[in-house]
Amino acid sequence: MKQVYAVPKSLQPRPTHYCPGCTHGIIHKLIAETIDELGVRDRTVGVAPVGCAVLAYDYFDFDVQQAAHGRAPAVATGIRRVLPEGVVFTYQGDGDLASIGAAEIVHAAMRGERITVVFVNNAIYGMTGGQMAPTTLVEQKTTTSPFGRQEATQGQPIRMSEMLATIPGAAYIARVALSSPAGVQRAKKAIKRAFEVQLSGAGFSMVECLSTCPTNWGMTPFEAMKWLDSNMAPYYPVGEFRTPEGVTQNA
Amino acid sequence: MAERKLFKGNEAVAEAAIRAGCRYFFGYPITPQNEIPEYMSRRLPEVGGVFVQAESEIAAINMVYGAAGAGARVMTSSSSPGISLKQEGISYLAGAGLPCLIVNMVRGGPGLGGIQPAQSDYFQAVKGGGHGDYHLVVYVPASVQEMVDLTMEAFDVAEIYRMPAMILGDGILGQMMEPVEFHEPRKREVPAKDWATTGAAGRAPRVINSLYLNPEQLYRHNLALADRFEQVKANEVRCEAVNVDDADIVLAAYGTTARICRSVMDRARASGLRVGLMRPITVSPFPYDAIGKAARTAKAFLTVEMSMGQMVEDVRLAVLGKAPVHFYGTTGGVVPTAAAILARVEEIAGAEVSRP
Repeated sequence: MKQVYAVPKSLQPRPTHYCPGCTHGIIHKLIAETIDELGVRDRTVGVAPVGCAVLAYDYFDFDVQQAAHGRAPAVATGIRRVLPEGVVFTYQGDGDLASIGAAEIVHAAMRGERITVVFVNNAIYGMTGGQMAPTTLVEQKTTTSPFGRQEATQGQPIRMSEMLATIPGAAYIARVALSSPAGVQRAKKAIKRAFEVQLSGAGFSMVECLSTCPTNWGMTPFEAMKWLDSNMAPYYPVGEFRTPEGVTQNA
Repeated sequence: MAERKLFKGNEAVAEAAIRAGCRYFFGYPITPQNEIPEYMSRRLPEVGGVFVQAESEIAAINMVYGAAGAGARVMTSSSSPGISLKQEGISYLAGAGLPCLIVNMVRGGPGLGGIQPAQSDYFQAVKGGGHGDYHLVVYVPASVQEMVDLTMEAFDVAEIYRMPAMILGDGILGQMMEPVEFHEPRKREVPAKDWATTGAAGRAPRVINSLYLNPEQLYRHNLALADRFEQVKANEVRCEAVNVDDADIVLAAYGTTARICRSVMDRARASGLRVGLMRPITVSPFPYDAIGKAARTAKAFLTVEMSMGQMVEDVRLAVLGKAPVHFYGTTGGVVPTAAAILARVEEIAGAEVSRP
């Protein structure tokens, strides 16, 4: 009988702590599958963020360093410079990457650091209990924007992929959405491509994954997927924003 | 005999680090220690090493964290306001048990302060600086030669006990030129880094981390960190005692200030006053026992610092009320003069030495 599905070797077969309807588990699996398929598990070092995914090291079956909030790209830079043959990636949420770690991500990209960044954007702070993120949409209610985010005082949500795509050291920048089976397949393709770009030595690579937070959005998992498609996706268009061949838009 | 060369303090630290096997430097410019990153940017590529000028002190210390976690001998350097920015990362390095060297060429503070030499980062270096229960091993050289020797030693000690080490200097030591010899470092047995994240080929995965959500686990982790520091206390405390055995008045000072106090001691002795000097070489762990021993015979202590009084608290703890501990300090980047310290010594002698 043909086996059509198995737990990736780079993922430990244990339940995660993630909330029902959150896509961290799916994204972990896509990374682990990619590491397996590229045959690089033995030289991979991941960097876990502060936030919901801080415990990622409990699920991946390869070496991981845990970093302070926002500092994962700097930690990854240190690892990468020591291990020139290594495969180094960071796993970061939107508070981590787009707020407190904005400088680190921009300069890692500027240096063309040969790391891969998996950026999980669910437009809210998850672990700390649903506060406003830099990616929170205008009018979106959070515990620290209880009347909805106001553009006049809180600014507009930051589009990290578009911004980083302007940086010469960035070789591959893509955004995907995890809200449908087809979206998951496209996410897998983008993550694999990002790691392949790292292996080619072309430079910095990042995949932004539009994700859900049913718990802090106050929705069922199904409602959350629909909300992602109808609210996040229009503001954060999916596509490849930069490839080693050049800049593209919304491919 | 090794060749003696004229070296500037900051460059001597950098060269010593390279000779001690350091191949990775991550830093960010700040006066008065810029010669360290500048020297590293020239020299490290010659020996197959890596220099990265980070976007901030915060990024630099986290690059150190990543490189140390990957098993490298690695360092960074900065000066007071920059070291403040690095404190978050230093706490994480301590929490994760990662060895590295951090050099602080202290300038006057608080805030942006100035760029002249000071010793006002003692509390920050010795009592924590970052959050949580941890200690660094902190060396306080008093000459360019000692900057070389202690830099070499600090890497080994950091790796033996798996904790960050610091060289706490000041702007004068960084800028002064003196002849130095680059000795072969003392051969220490340094354990294999069987915890480093280098890729899990042929072994179970490893994790570099400082998160323990279970309070009992965090308790045990903190006890283990404290136990390692107890071993440092037992094995690595260093202090120089000069003319202390017959001294009525003992000066306590470190680094640049200790050099000035040595002149004060010589002048006082020439005028018939029995003055000695206790010069800590490590201030974390602090030489409590050595200073406590001196307190059995000394009639008074005078602690001299380029601060408003920081190390003096540890001197008082060491003396435990056996003798009065006086303080003379300058702050804000002002260097104390030998004449002013000597006047204070004479004042103390007049008040306390002649007592029955």
